[in-house]
Amino acid sequence: MGMTMTQKILAAHAGLDHVEAGQLIMADLDLVLGNDVTSPVAINEFNKAGFTGVFDTKKITMVMDHFAPNKDIKAATQCKQCRDFCGKYDIEHFYDVGDMGVEHALLPEKGLVVPGDLVIGADSHTCTYGALGAFSTGVGSTDMCAGMATGKAWFKVPSAIKFNLTGKLNKYVSAKDVILHIIGMIGVDGALYKSMEFTGEGVHTLTVEDRLCMANMAIEAGGKNGIFEVDEKTIEFIKERTDREFTVYKADEDAEYEAVYDIDLGSIKPTVAFPHLPENAKTFDEFGDIKIDQVVIGSCTNGRIEDLRAAAEIFKGKKVADGVRCIIIPATQKIWRQAMDEGLFAIFMDAGCAISTPTCGPCLGGHMGILAKGERAVATTNRNFVGRMGHPESEVYLASPVVAAASAITGKISQPSEVV
Amino acid sequence: MKACGKVHKYGDNVDTDVIIPARYLNTADPKELAAHCMEDIDTDFVKNVNKGDIIVAQANFGCGSSREHAPLAIKESGISCVIAKTFARIFYRNSINIGLPIIECPEAAEKIQAGDEVEIDFDTGVITNKTRNETYQGQPFPDFLINIINKNGLLNSLKG
Repeated sequence: MGMTMTQKILAAHAGLDHVEAGQLIMADLDLVLGNDVTSPVAINEFNKAGFTGVFDTKKITMVMDHFAPNKDIKAATQCKQCRDFCGKYDIEHFYDVGDMGVEHALLPEKGLVVPGDLVIGADSHTCTYGALGAFSTGVGSTDMCAGMATGKAWFKVPSAIKFNLTGKLNKYVSAKDVILHIIGMIGVDGALYKSMEFTGEGVHTLTVEDRLCMANMAIEAGGKNGIFEVDEKTIEFIKERTDREFTVYKADEDAEYEAVYDIDLGSIKPTVAFPHLPENAKTFDEFGDIKIDQVVIGSCTNGRIEDLRAAAEIFKGKKVADGVRCIIIPATQKIWRQAMDEGLFAIFMDAGCAISTPTCGPCLGGHMGILAKGERAVATTNRNFVGRMGHPESEVYLASPVVAAASAITGKISQPSEVV
Repeated sequence: MKACGKVHKYGDNVDTDVIIPARYLNTADPKELAAHCMEDIDTDFVKNVNKGDIIVAQANFGCGSSREHAPLAIKESGISCVIAKTFARIFYRNSINIGLPIIECPEAAEKIQAGDEVEIDFDTGVITNKTRNETYQGQPFPDFLINIINKNGLLNSLKG
């Protein structure tokens, strides 16, 4: 029987010709990632276990993004612990305030992941890099620790669901709407333990940033990973960022899928995920006026330059509604500079938005835009769980950058057609 | 190897943000984390939990963030086992890796009620509900997972 893209990458990293769903394997890692929240737990375990070195100083990366710039003394202590560890063990890819960004926007930008790689990260949205044709998945801190020390991790080979994309997106419809639609369709455990493989002609109409957004949210359907077929756009994206060699894996014709979904991108409408699960996806014909207090445009899902350009197009010449706070968070330093140079900041500031330095901040209720009891936010982030952005009785509605911008202007959840 | 205790019961899709909200992740100290365990869906959990107690939940327990702080907070609270219909995969892996026993059993997840006294035999996968005089068959752990749990986590087990 043939193998899926994911199975081929796992087999190659386990030194095997063939693997099957359900098989337990030990695989070599190309990159091990941690952030300022998950790395301290891994470092404590590393020290307790008595390890004296890491497997490869170039294949470990730590990004200070969750509570950085340090939100309080405890967060500062956690960042310091990561900084000291990376200094002690000569970890090459340590990213601190000044050159850091939201980790899953930063690593592709730095060219740290190429097609065919096997990446683990102590952050659930590590699945983002599947957009580049890599196998990447979120793990916990203990796995990160063992990965840093040994360069290996055990995996159960996943089965897969195939999403065959056709057509192309309409104006003001984005990759975020597609992935919210898919999660709404299959549920937050619809891909539990499985790969989500995205193929078909429609893939080529999506930008690499679109694909990063969709792969990012594979975990919100319970997926082990999300992965896109590599095409010329992927290769161009990679070659602009690194000269590392890579291998492109294609699924075999007779690869087995537990389910196949055909999705016409042209049929997708602006979609909003209502509290308190990403699967509560609704289109605008399914709800009425919902007043909001805050808008957040940023995160590893939608904080890239194309997202900011799309939001700026909506904000141009408009004002944020009275009583609404709109926070824009470019995901990396490079994106920040680019947005500034392109004049997007002037548009945002004229509209009355605040612009933050890169951080995960409000996405996980950390800092830089926490909600009070009873408040509602529209956010381009990836989770709307109870208490995710602040008080347990606050609410988060997940949407695309253009829906978030339109909502900021009207003060209620709105689609772009209402303001342009 | 067995666990026995009183049940705390929850529903579907209990995510790691409610198990331990991110606002408390500025520490990795299990005791500090346990002080806020389940706070956003059950403010009484910390007050009511006793050593050996068991959590029973429905589908996709532990979904969302990969924070290992979630199983750490549950374990430090004194919980001896989590039974659910299904677990989110990162939570499953993290729990085993830190030595928190967890077991999938749809029948037990459905029939066990809050406050029941339940015993789990990890070698056989048999779950006994002492309050209702019922037994349910869960999936037993394979030997290598039993070894990790017995050694109190992956890293200790690697030391041999």
